[in-house]
Amino acid sequence: MQRNPQLNANGELQHLLSIEGLPPEVLLQILDTAESFVGVTEREVKKVPLLRGKSVFNLFFEPSTRTRTTFEIAAKRLSADVINLNIAASSATKGESLLDTVANLSAMQADIFIVRHASSGAPFLIARHVKPHEHVVNAGDGRHAHPTQGLLDLYTIRHYKKDFSGLTVAIVGDVLHSRVARSLIHGLTTLGVPQVRVIGPQTLLPLGVEALGVRVFHDMRTGLRDCDVVVMLRLQNERMRGALLPSAQEFFKHYGLTEEKLAAARRDAIVMHPGPMNRGVEIDSTVADGPRSVILPQVTFGIAVRMAVMSIVAGN
Amino acid sequence: MRIHVRNGRVIDPATGRDAVADVYVADGKIAEEFARPDRVIDAKGLVVAPGFVDLAARLREPGFEYKATLESELEAAAAGGVTSLACPPDTDPPLDEPGLVDMLRRRAGALSRARVHPIGALTLKLEGVALTEMGQLTDAGCVAFSQGNHAMPDSQVLWRALQYAATFGYKVWLRAEDAALARGGVAHDGEMATRLGLPGIPPFAETIALGTLIELARATRARVHVCRLSSAGAVELVRRAKAEKLPLTCDVAIHHLHLSEMDLGYFDSHCRLEPPLRSQRDRDALSRALAEGVVDCLVSDHTPVDEDGKHLPFAEAEPGATGLELLLPLALKWGEAHQLPLAATLARITSEPARVLGVDAGRIAVGAPADLAIFDPRAAFQVSPQTLKSQGKNTPFLGYELAGRVRFTLLAGSVVYEG
Repeated sequence: MQRNPQLNANGELQHLLSIEGLPPEVLLQILDTAESFVGVTEREVKKVPLLRGKSVFNLFFEPSTRTRTTFEIAAKRLSADVINLNIAASSATKGESLLDTVANLSAMQADIFIVRHASSGAPFLIARHVKPHEHVVNAGDGRHAHPTQGLLDLYTIRHYKKDFSGLTVAIVGDVLHSRVARSLIHGLTTLGVPQVRVIGPQTLLPLGVEALGVRVFHDMRTGLRDCDVVVMLRLQNERMRGALLPSAQEFFKHYGLTEEKLAAARRDAIVMHPGPMNRGVEIDSTVADGPRSVILPQVTFGIAVRMAVMSIVAGN
Repeated sequence: MRIHVRNGRVIDPATGRDAVADVYVADGKIAEEFARPDRVIDAKGLVVAPGFVDLAARLREPGFEYKATLESELEAAAAGGVTSLACPPDTDPPLDEPGLVDMLRRRAGALSRARVHPIGALTLKLEGVALTEMGQLTDAGCVAFSQGNHAMPDSQVLWRALQYAATFGYKVWLRAEDAALARGGVAHDGEMATRLGLPGIPPFAETIALGTLIELARATRARVHVCRLSSAGAVELVRRAKAEKLPLTCDVAIHHLHLSEMDLGYFDSHCRLEPPLRSQRDRDALSRALAEGVVDCLVSDHTPVDEDGKHLPFAEAEPGATGLELLLPLALKWGEAHQLPLAATLARITSEPARVLGVDAGRIAVGAPADLAIFDPRAAFQVSPQTLKSQGKNTPFLGYELAGRVRFTLLAGSVVYEG
């Protein structure tokens, strides 16, 4: 087996490509560092000079506004220079290869590449070919991983539940196509959450998902019973009708989170969603806007978590 | 050139003969003992075997010369001890008309590094719609008909193609993969694909297509060879079909014999192969089936890919791996694991594929073509781009320490490789 390509020879984080394979200490280091940055984001002058003089390239091969923006804000709060590249609309359409694009940007003195790509594993390929002082942060690759989202989910859970050791967490919906789900599952199992559940129809669960250390449920009421945390996944528009699901309405009937279904969870359960939400498809508005929803705090924590990741990789 | 090969351990897998002996070569054939040879090859400590027969080697001509050429790949064949090879029709254009086949045979013949047996396209442009002129293609030198790695999505066309081929006794070589079930998939639908977030190809994409193929073979009595088995389920289907004496044969590639989905590691695009590498259980079943003879032959599935084709995210990378030069060492590695006699191991890459191919090759006997591979079974080497003659340096075995190096390759009585 090859060495985990995201750790350097000292076992420190060189790139952040996936939560899988990272030791718990590294995850906790990121969460603790993020905690120290939450204060910064609430100050009047929201900047620290940790990445002054460094260049962060937002390399998005797949369109995204939300994630790109939070990375941009995080980098700017660390005083880095941020360059946004919407590759989908430039080089790729001109036939330039992925590695050529990266080599060109590398020649422009990049320090950190934030990469989003539609193909699973693309950031691994880039990480194998960048210079030793350059760092790659995966901002979502295909169905594979979205580690900063997973980390901000972990941060949110720790913020509200203080401790991972007694929790039951349910992840609901389209796990098959979800990089968010995969990253969160690895994070939760690494940090010792005793019960991680996935809930969805067979068509939206990967084959043999149990191997990731989760229990599979197909029914919301049994799956949500006594849960401390409920994570709803986004259902992509193109998956709402076809061979995977008959309709958004029918999905909502079975798996949409309503107050009534949520009643099966613990009374102090929190509800999370990586956004953007489809109200009335995976989540009912009364739940999304209700007292147990922590969906907006997730976004705020996301900036601190991304600041933590960038400052840690750049420091190693 | 009259050659005397002295003191080698002569193995003839067709008869099981395994003894230190001398071999004489004259006029391109194995000859009776004679005096005053033009050349003496000292084969002490070496194995003298029939030249290897590989049922699947892509030479990339015509159409993909930037990936490999006949020159480079036939050089690789000679270095690997492969003296007869069958090349799939998935070139560009595909081998669907006699002129192309004729040109390929002439070009390969002029290089005289290995005997090249083209496999003709079963359908025009490999589209799976209209039959090719199999009679004329046979006259041009095609030994069988195939879709290469292209799908055969229409079972009616498949049925008709098998009926037509059976009428004239043409052989049909096909991979078993249900195109609809495999659509979009790039890896075995198992634990690794789940972890890596790669779209999966379920094992029943193979068994369902194989079930169809076996039913149609039963109905038409066509001589079907199933290429590149990948799953334990497929092995069982073949076992049953053979038990009822259907004229069915099959092969497995070196990769599927030794590797599994776990070798994908961190998205190693060298493991992007067709069919996909499956579970360890599948690999073990294939390995056993080859030892039992349920699977008839071992093939290299040689597919040189240029660097640009592999320096891509896993799903976008071009499938295939170079293999001609690894056929022998990986056959030896497999045979050793099963503690098979060397003759039995070599049968899978000599006499058995020669039988499937229907050509006179893969045996050492007076009067047989003097195609020989003389090798040192213990000589170790590390697989690296430098040790490979093939233009394709893409193989999941890069970095492996393997044993088995060819020292001399003889084709029709001439030394075509010395290493």
